Amino acid sequence: MTPTDPQPTTDRRAERTTKVVDLASSSVRELNQALHESSSTGGESSAVEWVITNPQGEHAIACGLTEPVHVRIEGHVGYYCAGMNQRAHVEVRGNAGVGLAENMMSGRVDVSGDASQSAGATGHGGLLVINGNAAARCGISMKGIDIVVGGNVGHMSAFMAQAGRLVICGDAGDALGDSLYEAHLYVRGTVKSLGADCVAKPMRAHHHTELADLLSRAAMAYSTAEFTRYGSARSLYNFHVDNAY
Amino acid sequence: MTSANTDSGTASSGLRESATFDRATIHEIQRAAETGVYDIRGWGAKRAVPHFDDLLLLGASMSRYPLEGYRERCDTDVVLGDRHAKFPLHLQIPVTIAGMSFGALSAQAKEALGRGASEVGTSTTTGDGGMTAEERGQSKHLVYQYLPSRYGMNPDDLRRADAIEIVLGQGAKPGGGGMLLGQKITERVAGMRTLPVGVDQRSACRHPDWTGPDDLEIKIRELREITDWEKPIYVKVGATRTYFDVALAVKSGADVVVVDGMQGGTAATQEVFIEHVGIPTLAAIPQAVQALQELGMHRKVQLIVSGGVRNGADLAKCLALGADAVSIGTAALIALGDNSPRFAEEYRALGSEAGFYDDYQDGRDPAGITTQDPELSARLDPVLGGRRLANLLRVMTMEAQTLARACGKAHVHNLEPEDLVALTIEAAAMARVPLAGTSWIPGRPSRDGDRW
Repeated sequence: MTPTDPQPTTDRRAERTTKVVDLASSSVRELNQALHESSSTGGESSAVEWVITNPQGEHAIACGLTEPVHVRIEGHVGYYCAGMNQRAHVEVRGNAGVGLAENMMSGRVDVSGDASQSAGATGHGGLLVINGNAAARCGISMKGIDIVVGGNVGHMSAFMAQAGRLVICGDAGDALGDSLYEAHLYVRGTVKSLGADCVAKPMRAHHHTELADLLSRAAMAYSTAEFTRYGSARSLYNFHVDNAY
Repeated sequence: MTSANTDSGTASSGLRESATFDRATIHEIQRAAETGVYDIRGWGAKRAVPHFDDLLLLGASMSRYPLEGYRERCDTDVVLGDRHAKFPLHLQIPVTIAGMSFGALSAQAKEALGRGASEVGTSTTTGDGGMTAEERGQSKHLVYQYLPSRYGMNPDDLRRADAIEIVLGQGAKPGGGGMLLGQKITERVAGMRTLPVGVDQRSACRHPDWTGPDDLEIKIRELREITDWEKPIYVKVGATRTYFDVALAVKSGADVVVVDGMQGGTAATQEVFIEHVGIPTLAAIPQAVQALQELGMHRKVQLIVSGGVRNGADLAKCLALGADAVSIGTAALIALGDNSPRFAEEYRALGSEAGFYDDYQDGRDPAGITTQDPELSARLDPVLGGRRLANLLRVMTMEAQTLARACGKAHVHNLEPEDLVALTIEAAAMARVPLAGTSWIPGRPSRDGDRW
């Protein structure tokens, strides 16, 4: 594919080479192929910043990346942006659709606006920062990812979450942490209701440390003292008739 | 196990077993009253439902011209996933190994499946819990299941796979998730699934990041993007509303549709689910084929059928009804040595018998197949197991070739519904082939004269 700016420019502040791809004239397939090929060459990939313009809500933008490239998307994206990310830093300057950074393995994804449902679903690692609100099922089945949401999350967030941390700086909707395993949930605001087997737990020193680190990395200026921790009561860990739902 | 009332010592003494409250039913009521928990087990449906044995093939005599057995060529290869993928699978035989998880099965069993399948040029499939080095290493063609739980889901494994199977349902439990009990969640299994050791592993019943066919279409596109449109994408459904599910799978962009009938196996789920949800495999195939034909996609989107397929006759009948290939699970495990009389005494010690053992969830399988116990699983020699599976696959293929030649076919895919009749009205109605000796397909007007 041919980026719309065929002459790479140098960002003097970051000492990075910038490649611009305009999705008004290039397809997502062409973009992803170029990103994958760029990743496969390795070496200097981290020195390249990709700028994606006119994303127009397209799906699967910048998914399947494997190297520490920086991809900045100027506008709103559709489903599965940065899906299965590995090592890359994807920045969305806009809102994101369903399944943002789903199954992320490592790296970082930042969204300046809001995210639709299932953000960070089944993620194994890395950091997802949503500056706005996230819709339902944020962090569903998370398996090690860290998610920080500046605003509120919708119902059934962290459903069946197994590992990782979900930080909610606003309020949580219904059934937070339903069928939770070992993930840590931190909520600054109110929780409309807790899901099955999810309970409030005391904040110990290491939880304050863990939360402070996440807030710092996400550039969220809140005191850890404002948060309540939620976790699994572990009563559903082994099936028994007396605790069946 | 249901016993007839003619057993020695019962009928002869005038005792009559109730057809409603037979001994298996009485036992289950007693067990439920005692434990307060429904029965969880492995295997598939054990009840009798219309099955491939209710169909017969019409060999050639005068009106059809047969091919010479052992001499004239009857091909068996199949290409799967040539609709969109850069690299479709070209298999030598139309029998594949169905998805079975590491966790449900031992690493030795997974390796044996890979060895056996590769020896005869066909594929094996991962399962819930991710891809193991053993199966990737031994499988020439490996299909990677993309499941609701996403346990062990890793994009590197997607790229290492030869095809991707999005699992929406399983024949043994359409609409249900899994329940692998904690005793099988060893350190390795737990590590792959990001769960604490010994905790019951609940597999979700629905995918976490899409909710319907429109979403699935976008999900499929994402998977294609991540793998640069190289891998065929299968969509697997448990047989229920098969016509609609297949049509929507095609609409969503599937390269291959897998339909798993109610006789399909499982490692662990509720007995009530296994026996009472879904439709027989026989009934599902014509629905799937109808959907594909009406969309003009029959043979373009390939159809794999599974659920109780046991031998070459079942294979031939599935192909005649319009499938492109079949998958076997339970039959493959039996080939490896599951329920072998060799372990009769140990099965008895577990309260079962060779031929009846289905407590896969307990993880104490004497044959070393459905267990994570290192001592038990070491009993299965993957090389020998692989050879036994390859033998079964060869026999199934040769049997189907024999039947196809008798019907005058130079490729097993040339078998057609006209080569079939049914023994029972139920099977005739479900398979949509005539009752033997008549031209009557229940639900359709009889042909004039009724001369065939």
